[in-house]
Amino acid sequence: MSDILRPLIVGAGPAGIRAAQTLVGAGIRPIVVDEAPSGGGQIYRQRIVPDERSPQDLYGSEAAKATALHETFAQIRDRIDYLPETLVWNVRDKAADVATGNRTRRIDFSHLILATGATDRVLPFHGWTTPGVFTLGGSQIALKSQGCAIGEQVVFLGSGPLLYLVAWQYVKAGAGVAAVLDTAPFSAKFHLLRGLLAQPAVVLRGFRYAAELMARGVPVHFGVQPVRIEGKARVEGIVWRERGKERRLACDAVGYGFALRSETQLGDLAGCRFIFDARDRAWRPECDMAGRTSVPGIYIAGDGAGIAGADAAELAGERVGLILLEDAGFSVDRTRISVLERRLAAIHRFRDVLEAAFPFPDPWAGSIADDVTLCRCEEISVGHVRAAVRDQGVFELNRLKALTRVGMGRCQGRMCGSAAAEVLATACNQSLDSVGRLRAQPPIKPLPLEIAADGEAA
Amino acid sequence: MALLKRLARQKLPPIAFTLNGQACSGRAGDTVLTALLTQVDCLRLSDFSHEPRAGFCQMGACQDCWILTAEGKRIRACNTVLEPGMNLRTIAEPRS
Ligand SMILES: Cc1cc2nc3c(=O)[nH]c(=O)nc-3n(C[C@H](O)[C@H](O)[C@H](O)COP(=O)(O)OP(=O)(O)OC[C@H]3O[C@@H](n4cnc5c(N)ncnc54)[C@H](O)[C@@H]3O)c2cc1C
Ligand code: FES
Repeated sequence: MSDILRPLIVGAGPAGIRAAQTLVGAGIRPIVVDEAPSGGGQIYRQRIVPDERSPQDLYGSEAAKATALHETFAQIRDRIDYLPETLVWNVRDKAADVATGNRTRRIDFSHLILATGATDRVLPFHGWTTPGVFTLGGSQIALKSQGCAIGEQVVFLGSGPLLYLVAWQYVKAGAGVAAVLDTAPFSAKFHLLRGLLAQPAVVLRGFRYAAELMARGVPVHFGVQPVRIEGKARVEGIVWRERGKERRLACDAVGYGFALRSETQLGDLAGCRFIFDARDRAWRPECDMAGRTSVPGIYIAGDGAGIAGADAAELAGERVGLILLEDAGFSVDRTRISVLERRLAAIHRFRDVLEAAFPFPDPWAGSIADDVTLCRCEEISVGHVRAAVRDQGVFELNRLKALTRVGMGRCQGRMCGSAAAEVLATACNQSLDSVGRLRAQPPIKPLPLEIAADGEAA
Repeated sequence: MALLKRLARQKLPPIAFTLNGQACSGRAGDTVLTALLTQVDCLRLSDFSHEPRAGFCQMGACQDCWILTAEGKRIRACNTVLEPGMNLRTIAEPRS
């Protein structure tokens, strides 16, 4: 039976690695493809070459989990077909198009596990394209993978657990942190007390980050509304509104983000049905508790199936591996599946607490000025979107894209898609789900111009 | 002037490369983005308003860090590993 199973796993993060391990355990040889040069995914991203820093320096409280995951991946390495630095850029009829360097080829699969993770959810404001402004995730990658701070006096801005974590990691590494600007009111943090019972270690760690930042003299502001970045050629300062007053702070870099958004393009190309996830304020492939999408043989696990964090991604990766095996006729450990499901359910309940403590900055979309650049690739302003609603009666995202080019640029809406949906929904006075979602198009990321096909290809 | 500030990995072997015709040096394990932004603060000008850009996501998602090699090949700086002898150019001239 195992020789006809040829599962393809996209993503070697916590979800993809645990899924691969589970399949290997049943004697199956999956293909694992990841754009990154080594396994680990976003949170447990590895350095390109080793350096003087220990796993403890890099991953802090999560060092043991990071090491365990990397070790697992090393152990199964010769029992999988691993393609690093390889992009899956299309999925069609039980085959994926993958590009390594300048070559592209087609890989047939019997089953597909999408473990594609997430990227930062960003919202535009004046000056967000200025050199020195990075996403929160990008700020963390600079530090973890590259040993660099994004500046000497860095302001961290936004909402979400990553805000305090990254600021704290910067301070720990000896970087200058000028301030933390939290868009949520201080009162929102009381929700975390509810989380103390469910996930005490996680909540206490969060409190510790905030307390240590304050103890080191990093000012933390709540209820902040970003106004603009100062500086043309590079960041010179940031202006925000707080309790009705404008405030300004000199800084040379800004790291910001508003939680994460799932990478869902491949599920779209594979024809999976999507549903609207109210908590994530986004559409994503519909899947059952076990990670089965609407297309037989296509599964999804980890943050790509809705944001739930790295621990959940590991559990969901193992579960999806077991479910795939069961669907393929293997007998699997049902008790283990129940354990995984119980743990996942607990994490999902806790996600609601996190969402309340780090809320989306509502009503952001109505208050943002017309001349703010919304789409950084095509340089389309917020006013363009509002004009399309006013003058052309647009009420759907793909129509908006066709008329204004929002989301049509190189990033395929990864940076502007969430904001475009929010602005459109507010401008035409509809609910966020009713404006729809940007359709994915192959290649889901730009390919080198000189790409050549091996055998049959696009 | 540099945008990024090195805090670690300072003792790794230097990697020589050329940026806009000038001899420069990065560190083993640098991405091209790191090697460049520890020297300069702009990678390219935006396509339409020609405003400076210097990357954003550092994870291959935003596509804001494309630069050129001397041969005219476009590369994404944040997920290209720096190699000895690379001859790189920022996209300072607007695309026609
Ligand atoms: C930049 C960033 C930093 C984060 N930092 C933290 C943190 O410090 N602490 C924390 O608790 N959580 C953090 N998170 C959240 C955490 O990373 C996720 O919850 C967790 O990694 C989810 O695991 P995953 O396996 O679902 O996906 P990921 O870990 O995101 O892995 C997905 C993998 O899929 C690959 N991939 C995606 N699409 C393709 C494709 N088309 N072709 C080839 N490969 C592809 C990616 O390269 C990636 O390696 C961070 C998230 C981001 C985006
Ligand atoms: S910085 Fe975003 S793709 Fe390179």
